[in-house]
Amino acid sequence: MFIQQLANGVMLGSTYALVAIGYTLVFGVLRLLHLAHGEVFMVGAFAGLQVVLWWHFGPFVALIAGLVVAALLGMVLEVVAFRPIRKRGNSHLAPIVSTIGAGLVLQEVMTKVFGAEQTPFPSDLGKIAYDLGFIHVTGSQVFILAVAIVSMAVLHFFVTYTRYGMAMRAASENLQVAAILGVNVDNVVLVTFAVASALGGIAGVLVGLNFNAISPYMGLEMGIKGMAVMLIGGLGSIYGAMVGGLILGIVEVLSVAYLASSLRDAFAFGLMILILIVRPRGLFQVGIRAER
Amino acid sequence: MLSSYWDSVCIFLGINILLGISLYIPMVCGLISLGQGGFMAIGAYVAVMLTKAGAPFVVALVAGALVAAVAGLIVGAPALRIRGIYVMILTLGFGEIVRVFFLNFEPTGGASGLGGIPPLTELWQIVLSCVLAYLLVWRIRQLRFGRAMIAIHDDDLAAEAMGINLTRTKLMSFSLGAFIAGIAGGFYAHYALFIDANQFDFSRSAMTFLYVVLGGTVNPFGPVLGAAIVTLLPEVLRVVQDWRMTVFGTLLILIAIWRPDGILRTAGFRK
Repeated sequence: MFIQQLANGVMLGSTYALVAIGYTLVFGVLRLLHLAHGEVFMVGAFAGLQVVLWWHFGPFVALIAGLVVAALLGMVLEVVAFRPIRKRGNSHLAPIVSTIGAGLVLQEVMTKVFGAEQTPFPSDLGKIAYDLGFIHVTGSQVFILAVAIVSMAVLHFFVTYTRYGMAMRAASENLQVAAILGVNVDNVVLVTFAVASALGGIAGVLVGLNFNAISPYMGLEMGIKGMAVMLIGGLGSIYGAMVGGLILGIVEVLSVAYLASSLRDAFAFGLMILILIVRPRGLFQVGIRAER
Repeated sequence: MLSSYWDSVCIFLGINILLGISLYIPMVCGLISLGQGGFMAIGAYVAVMLTKAGAPFVVALVAGALVAAVAGLIVGAPALRIRGIYVMILTLGFGEIVRVFFLNFEPTGGASGLGGIPPLTELWQIVLSCVLAYLLVWRIRQLRFGRAMIAIHDDDLAAEAMGINLTRTKLMSFSLGAFIAGIAGGFYAHYALFIDANQFDFSRSAMTFLYVVLGGTVNPFGPVLGAAIVTLLPEVLRVVQDWRMTVFGTLLILIAIWRPDGILRTAGFRK
């Protein structure tokens, strides 16, 4: 029973981690909060759903659709809501205003197009069940875990070994110095948004598969959870976001199983505040000064 | 007399101005809250329970605000060691905890909400509270406490070295902001006449944040102007009907690009 709950927690947590990595990537490079990231996640989920509904493709194609659409949307958001403000000084509050605005626009547009109610996410993966003796897993759970692991591994190789990944890390150490040393900062930021949003879109499709329901308002809750995970892991730390996501997912599932299910979110944020009291900079303290 | 439509617009405007000021005060010393909705909820629920028990409106309002102020102290404590975005996400988490608490707290209606609230809020009370709150933020920069807050905002280490009590000043400013948010919550509940936990969610806190940042963080009139814009704009945008939030969101982006530091960029007075 406990191991089963743990497994469920890991599934949930890996989607949190994917969303939180998006926040933390953007934060790492720009030191800014991207409040429309939850909406990017939501749009990614809808993109995946449409591919399944219209063309009856399987979950893999849905995943790619969610990834591509979210990445494009993320780049649009950077060009529309971040870059113009960056060019006009270094305000760290104005991008929060512009991303709240962008979030409102995305929510209303998606509501107009797809309706305000929850849409079921058809998939055959949920019907497959594996019995491993001590735990039961469904096909969608295996899919979620596999996709999450592969995405994080790809991300790890991307930031460690590729040209743009290294530029991203340089930019997150110090944007100005990176620019002086010849890094094309605008391109790096654009790539950062694309990668961050692609992971958000993947998470959107995975959550759609897991809960079999998506709505235009799902981004808000996920966005808030993603920020909590980013804080637990330490702002700007990719690996912190991975660990933080798993911790939050496991805590949530366990609190539903053994404590009060209706207080799940209170436990989640209580844990965040607790970790913040013990380690004010999150679990994986990074060298950056997040404070202004 | 105003028509009932404008009466209600003015009352909501006043409540939003109070909320804006409640966020502005801790912001003077650099603490930015994304959880004002939580303090507002506490003020609202406590005040409603008291007026329902027969207490006078003023007593209920102040009691609700005091409970919110105590909550401000509790949230402020972990916020002492952190700054910037950490504080924003911490307070965001607090707001969510408060929301989940009231969603599950059966004595105040739980998920089904709390209705049958006596209609006690009148426009003059709100105007009076707004004037008082505005005088407070307008004067605060000249007070010892306010100057200490500005010093902390500019450089907390230097401020501490100059003998400013960081802990007390930060906690006081946070708590004072929570107090005003609690008052706003009490007024809101006795005008809306029905409250449930989801009325005080993250959207409310985010809107409160917008009032201040849009209006301008260096001028005490900023939160008032910002609250006026964010409250009145959707009313004006009723002409675009269904696409109201799309137009509103687009305007937010444009204003953020046009004036990244808020519409009122200068302090408007000599320091």
